[in-house]
This record gives sequence, C-alpha cells and structure tokens, in this order.
Amino acid sequence: MFRYLIARLLSLIPTLVGVSLLVFLLVRLIPGTIVEQMLGAEAQVTEELLARLRAFFGLDQPIQVQYAHWLAQAVRGNLGVSWQVGMPVLQMILARLQVTAELTLGAMLVALLVGIPFGIISAIKENTALDHVIRIASLFSLSMPIFWQAAMMILMLSVWFRWAPVGYVDLAADPAANVRQMILPWIVLGTAVAATLMRMTRSCLLEVMRQDYIRTARAKGLRERVVIWSHALKNAMIPVITVAGVQVGYLLGGAVVTEEVFTLPGIGRLVLWAIYQRDYPLVQGTVLFIAVAFALTNLAVDAIYGYLDPRIRYTRRGPVTGG
Amino acid sequence: MGRATHVGAPTPQATRKGKPPWRHTLRVLTRNRLVLAGIAIAVLMLFAAIFAGLIAPYDPVAQQASDSLHSPSWQHWFGTDRFGRDVLSRTIYGSRISMWVGFASVSIAVSVGTLLGLASGYFGGWVDNVISRIMDVFFSFPAMLLAIAIAAMLGPGMNNALLAIAIVYSPLFSRVVRGPVLAERNKEYIDAARMIGASNLRLVGLHLLPNVLPPIIVQASVTLSHAILMESYVSFLGLGTQPPQASWGSMLNEGRAFLEAAPWISVFPGVAVMLAVLAFNLLGDGLRDVLDPRLRSV
Repeated sequence: MFRYLIARLLSLIPTLVGVSLLVFLLVRLIPGTIVEQMLGAEAQVTEELLARLRAFFGLDQPIQVQYAHWLAQAVRGNLGVSWQVGMPVLQMILARLQVTAELTLGAMLVALLVGIPFGIISAIKENTALDHVIRIASLFSLSMPIFWQAAMMILMLSVWFRWAPVGYVDLAADPAANVRQMILPWIVLGTAVAATLMRMTRSCLLEVMRQDYIRTARAKGLRERVVIWSHALKNAMIPVITVAGVQVGYLLGGAVVTEEVFTLPGIGRLVLWAIYQRDYPLVQGTVLFIAVAFALTNLAVDAIYGYLDPRIRYTRRGPVTGG
Repeated sequence: MGRATHVGAPTPQATRKGKPPWRHTLRVLTRNRLVLAGIAIAVLMLFAAIFAGLIAPYDPVAQQASDSLHSPSWQHWFGTDRFGRDVLSRTIYGSRISMWVGFASVSIAVSVGTLLGLASGYFGGWVDNVISRIMDVFFSFPAMLLAIAIAAMLGPGMNNALLAIAIVYSPLFSRVVRGPVLAERNKEYIDAARMIGASNLRLVGLHLLPNVLPPIIVQASVTLSHAILMESYVSFLGLGTQPPQASWGSMLNEGRAFLEAAPWISVFPGVAVMLAVLAFNLLGDGLRDVLDPRLRSV
C-alpha cells in the first residue's frame, strides 16, 4: 500500500507541473500583453514607460524564464499580489477557503445521503414504478443548470415563505444561521452529484446482484436483506467511491456558479471577480489552487480505492479523473 | 456534468445477416419510450434552431419600451423582458445558439480527441506517453472552471465560448478512443492487413476507426448535453454570447434582477436548457444501451 501511494504521489508531480504550465499559458492567451490590458486601449503612455512596466512585470524576459520564476515562487507559496487589492493572492484565497470547503463538503454530504439510498432503492425495486420515478427524477436533476435551479428555489421560497437565503453568515459566529443560509446552496450543488451517484449505485448494485456468489448466498437461504447489505453492497460501493471522488471536480467547478448566485464569499466567486476585474495574478493563483486541490483529492480517492480493493494496487495506475 | 462519464470499449453488434447495423440500432432505440421522447425533443429543438426566423413571432432583439415586463399573454406567450422583447422569440432564437455551440464544439472535440486517441493508441511508446500526460493535465482541472477560464482569457463572445468548450472536451474523446485502439492494434486482422502492405493511414482509418466508432457516438451524444449546459453557464456568467443576441444563459442572467417581478424571463429559457440537455442525455443513454450493452443497467 505504501509503495502504491508513493508511486501515485510521484506520478502526480509531472501532472502538477503540466497544470502550472497550462495556468501560466492561460493568461498568455489574452490578446496583447498584460501591461496593455491593464492600461486599456485609450491610455496615453510613452514607449519608455511601456518598456519599464514590461520590465517591472518581468515581461521583457524570455517566456521560459518567466515561467521558471513564477513556478519557483508558486512552489514557495507565493502566488503573487492582486493588482486590484494589493494583497498576497494566497492570503486572499485562504481567507475564502472556509466558505468553499463548507459549500463543497455540505453538497457532497447531500449527494451521498440522497444518491446512494435512492440508488439502492432503485436497484432493489428494479423495473417497478418507483424505479422509473427515481430514474426520471435523476435525469431531470442532471439536466438542470445550477443557476436556474437556484433561481427557481429562491423564487419559491421568497414567494411562499418571504425568505431569501442569499448571503453568508460565518459558521463560528452563528452556526444555526450559517446552516440556514447554506442549506439551499448545498441542495442545489449536491443534487446533480446525487443523480450521478444514484445512477452509479443502481448500476453497480444490479451488476453485483447478478453474480454467482449472490446466487450462492440466496441458495444458502440467507434473507434478501442480508444478501443485499452484507454481500452485495460492499462490493457495489467500491466504484461508487471513485465516482464520488471524481465528482469533487464538478463540485469545485459548480461552486463558481453557486457562490455567484447565492453571493457566497468563496474561492469560486473570487475567481469570477478576478476575471471580471482582469486581475491576472489572482486568476492564475485561484485557478492553480483549485486544480491542485482537485488533483490532491483524486490522490486521496485513489488511496481509499487502493485500500478498499487490493487488486487496484497491483493492476492499475489510477482511476480516470476529470470533473 | 462531468467529463468522467466516459463510455467503455466497443462491443460487437448482433445484427441479422444482411441488414445494416444502423437499422438494428434504430429499431432498438425506438423501442424505448424514454429514448423516443429524447429524440422527439432533440428534433424539436433542432427544428426551432433551423427555422427560428420562420416560427418566432417577433424580432428577438427588437425593443419595445411600452411592452416592458409584460406577463405571459395571448400576444406574448412567454411574456416580455425589461426592454419589451418577446421572451418566446428570444427562447426560440436561443436554441440556435445552444445547438450551434453544442454541435460545433462537440464536432471539434470529437475530431481533435479522436485523432489524438488514435495516434496515442496506435503508435504507443513516446507518442502515447506525451499525449497521455497532456490529457492528464487537462483532466486535472474541473471542466467548468477550465471552460470559464479559457473563455474569459480568449475574451467574451460566442465563438470563444465554443472554442473553450471544445478544448475542455477534446481530452475525453482522446481517452475514449485510446483504450479500444490499444486493444485492437495487436489483433490478427491488423497484422494481416499490415503484412499485405497496408499503410499506417489505411490501417488506422479503414480498420481501427470503425471499431472505435460506437463509443465515440455514445460519448458525443452525452457530451452534447454537457456542452449545451456549459454554454449556458459561460453565457450566464457574461463570458459567452453577448447582448443583445439571445442565448438561454444570457437570458437567465438578465432575468436574475427581475426574479420576483417577472419570473417568466427566467423560467422559460431555464426550461429550454433543461429539455435540451435532457433530450441528449436520454439519447446518450439509449445509444449506450444499444452500442455498449455491458452498461445497459445504468
């Protein structure tokens, strides 16, 4: 297990270097240089001032030198300074980490609590009316845009209960108010993942239920509940865990939109703010931070997967990732 | 929505002797009522997109201040927005943007991803290593974040959003194609074709590609639903289709400020996105059942 983990950790290094390169190049996609973008089209500046500004931002150096310098700083935790606020980027990210962590963890909890039980019910009641209802509901849930679902829920609550759960109350300051404000974002972000988990649980459980050892367990005279809970579910849950891990990517991406709709001061909203303000160091820093967090989550999921299923440690390099 | 929901390797199709495989596919597809509903909605959406100019009752960008924020009526079935524009006409025209961005971005992603996957699987060695590592990098980003970031950096606009979505989904097709190609390339029929002098291009194009088509088709259908959803996200955030052009995402963004006063501005484009995504999800599910029966129970 230890060797497996070390191998996975080492294989992560080139990927993370690639991630940093892509984030670095992303800002270079902008037409013109950062300095020209900052000054705007109508700025009246001399060539000398332009050259000095380029030198200040290190843009007069070859691109590989710029990247090496940026990466060396990023590895030390220095993601630069926000142009708009003048604060270190990492400090701004860490200040908002709690909100995003709370949002994604809460949404994952909703997804697990809804998706897995409904997946089990759907599999046990295969091809019944209940199964069809659950499957159709999951398809609708997968097809709804987060922002629309959020808007409709806010609309219903404000019309029926005169309550608009928008904004954020710190968890430490007032836990009850925090949960009241966060419950809707958790549901909105969590339902699409719940639908994915439900479909996965159903399919894995049905596949396991058709295997010989389940037939043997039934032939021994075990009660159906014991067959499902003690024999089938354990094996069926292994791929579900991987899918749940992969869905963290969806949650992190979806957090951008959810935080925007519910005006939650998290990292997702910070990314958007940085994009709208053209604060490029902040864009680079936040995108890199989220990508690294996602990569580390995948590593953790891989470790759990390897622990639960020893075959994985010897036969594969890791599960498919992507959000 | 996830890039990770990719399909498995192709499986041989059980078709009756002498009948083309597409007939069998169509027969099995139309037997499932949910898939039929998906096909019907998808056809309706495509019809609306193609003939928007003929079926939309009003000009989607024509402003009429006196008609501002009218609730649904016989005159304006879906009501009007704050500029007095007809929401029904804008929703119909919005299907054009969604379908165009969806189909074009998925076509680019299929083309680029398939080429990379074929090269990766067929040549193996360092080519496979380099391509696979690059794909790993793309998979390290949450899809939605990457699409938003690329669209933002390229600059707001429909075509840039389209390109961003294509970039995000290309690695998925590369991975879907690579596996089956790796499995097929050492089989006897490939060796036989090679021995009678078939070129690499002929081997890949004529022998390997047809064997990886089923998972590509299934994946394309599912990805189409994701691409439509992604376009709505990017436009909702103001980074895709720009006003006054009507796109479902940008209409929903405009409707946010009038959620209580004029909910119809948000309700109808949202339903349209949901139906379009649902249609291609259902179609993808149906195609997977037919073309990849191992996953039938999902």
